[in-house]
Amino acid sequence: MRAALFITCFNDTLFPQTGRAAVAVLERVGVEVDFPLEQTCCGQMHANSGYGHEAIGLVRRFVRVFGDAEAVVTPSGSCAAMVREGYERLATEAGDERLATQVRALAPRVFELSEFLVGHMGVEDVGAAFPHRVTYHPTCHSLRLLKVGDAPLRLLRAVHGIDLVELPAAEQCCGFGGTFAVKNADTSTAMLTDKLRRILDTGADVCTAADNSCLMHIGGGLRHARAGVRVMHLAEILASEAS
Amino acid sequence: MKDGFPRAAALALADSQLRRNLGHATRTIRDKRARVVAEVPDWEALRDAGAEIKDRALRHLDVHLERLEESVQSAGGTVHWARDGAEAAAVVADVARAHGSDEVIKVKSLATDEIDLNDRLDAVGVHAVETDLAELINQLSGDTSSHILVPAIHRNRAQIAELFRRELGVEVSDEPAELTAAAREHLRAKFLSVPVGVSGANFAVAETGHVVVLESEGNGRMCTTLPEVLVSVVGIEKILPRWRDLEVMLQLLPRSSTGERMNPYTSIWSGVADGDGPREFHLVLLDAGRTDVLADEVGRAALRCIRCSACLNVCPVYERTGGHAYDSVYPGPIGAILTPQLQGLENASTLPWASSLCGACYEVCPVKIDIPSILVHLRGRVVREVGAPMPERAAMAAMARLFGSRRAYEAAQRAAKLGRGPLAGAAMRPWTRSRELPEIPKQTFRDWWRDERT
Repeated sequence: MRAALFITCFNDTLFPQTGRAAVAVLERVGVEVDFPLEQTCCGQMHANSGYGHEAIGLVRRFVRVFGDAEAVVTPSGSCAAMVREGYERLATEAGDERLATQVRALAPRVFELSEFLVGHMGVEDVGAAFPHRVTYHPTCHSLRLLKVGDAPLRLLRAVHGIDLVELPAAEQCCGFGGTFAVKNADTSTAMLTDKLRRILDTGADVCTAADNSCLMHIGGGLRHARAGVRVMHLAEILASEAS
Repeated sequence: MKDGFPRAAALALADSQLRRNLGHATRTIRDKRARVVAEVPDWEALRDAGAEIKDRALRHLDVHLERLEESVQSAGGTVHWARDGAEAAAVVADVARAHGSDEVIKVKSLATDEIDLNDRLDAVGVHAVETDLAELINQLSGDTSSHILVPAIHRNRAQIAELFRRELGVEVSDEPAELTAAAREHLRAKFLSVPVGVSGANFAVAETGHVVVLESEGNGRMCTTLPEVLVSVVGIEKILPRWRDLEVMLQLLPRSSTGERMNPYTSIWSGVADGDGPREFHLVLLDAGRTDVLADEVGRAALRCIRCSACLNVCPVYERTGGHAYDSVYPGPIGAILTPQLQGLENASTLPWASSLCGACYEVCPVKIDIPSILVHLRGRVVREVGAPMPERAAMAAMARLFGSRRAYEAAQRAAKLGRGPLAGAAMRPWTRSRELPEIPKQTFRDWWRDERT
């Protein structure tokens, strides 16, 4: 099995350790990983902020870079959702039917990391060890657009030594929402505060999720509050091994 | 409305009593809804059917409306066509005058709130008495609605008791039974004396001319049966083509809105009947911007809305800001897509951004309105038709160019490591007030890949 890693511009620039972890986990389960260097950004920020017309070039670029891949795997639920659920509409709105057809052909081969591992590769135990108390936040786009279900939890439950604790009201949005976090910073912060309270109530050392954008928001709030709880992308927990 | 939602929301967020009231109320309704929806094995099929029925009605709206007009007329009713609120209010005022009344009693109705019917009637000397308990509370306190179904959701019972003691001059505690008894006493005199009733409608059936009102308190039944004359002001999107379509809608609506298997009162009437109910019936078909909404192929799905308010109750934004921050009769997720379309994008341009796009609204919508997609669509329309601030437009264009070329992208990554350029996250003041920014790592992922793997 070969898979092209779509790292996303966000992880590439700000969270390279998530990318390295994703590569390690994929290779551990026998996937041969490619990294096409021509990839940049999926265009989600533009599309969701009212600049869909500016994103169409990025749709074309994605199709050009990843069109021939056997599978495209990304450690970001919302970027995977952008490609799978958003690209066709952008292409149609731009009146580019050929592009829409290409997108329809590619979309079913685009996976968020946890759904690729559990749903596509049929693996739950990736041989990880992580002896810490962890709580999992299911990000909205993984949950409601990609419908990854409990795939991330299955992977976490199989991690050796982990103390996985349930996050109350887990399915409520953390308040990130891309530009929402800046344009409606007060409301975003109110949502974040409730999420942080619930995370702290679990007594977890680590809050994990399948998307670094939500984790940047949650982690940024935890650090601002000097809460002493860290965030870690799911891939990084799955890449951890007994020392 | 220049500062719009973000500013209004910030003010609401600071109100700790409001946060408590809303948090408690939305959580209660949300849990009730989830329980009764889980009982229905074919709920998803019902949602599909609900969406299809409304889409069918909207696709041939002109045909169904004329059919409705014929059906109502042949049942002895009179049909009026109102382009806007002024025309609709004029019909109601004329009817009241013709019956020599300077008062009308009202069933809770969003369409009439939307067109400021009460104020318009006041201006010509006709007083509208709200008979729904929560609407009465808002009317007595000079307040506006903050929820589609529970207009006084922002108030708790202690606040209501205080209001009743002051405005109705009654000695009541904050026991719900005492509060409703006081309202009932106050309203009973109106039900028995005012000759003109005014309602909206949940549905109007083209095939048979039936008008349908669902409610919980019985005040609606009073207003639609006791007066000499009844005027129903109904948005043109409320139409259902066939009688049997009610079978689907009457299952979807109560479970989605109040979290009940069935609502206590469902009033259905067609025209007038001798010796039973009002002797005169007027149906006012209201456009007020709906035809314009219909012209937007993506946005038009908002017209499927049956005003259940399930989307408000699950919305993490609404739960914290409440309805007044939306500055509209239609708050919450549905308001964020309906208000800008009905009132004009330029008059509600911040509302499409009043959402984190979490998708909880779409998940519960009984007629499957893809609210997040419509929000994104309207954001695009606002940017293109109303305009966005120059710095934002310039930044978005620059980012699009940057991501359009590997060389430009990698150069921006190098600059970001030095704390410069668009990827460095500068100018993030609203972010850093409550959140720290991550440090920018020395090595990007692609640097690592190039160094270690190729």
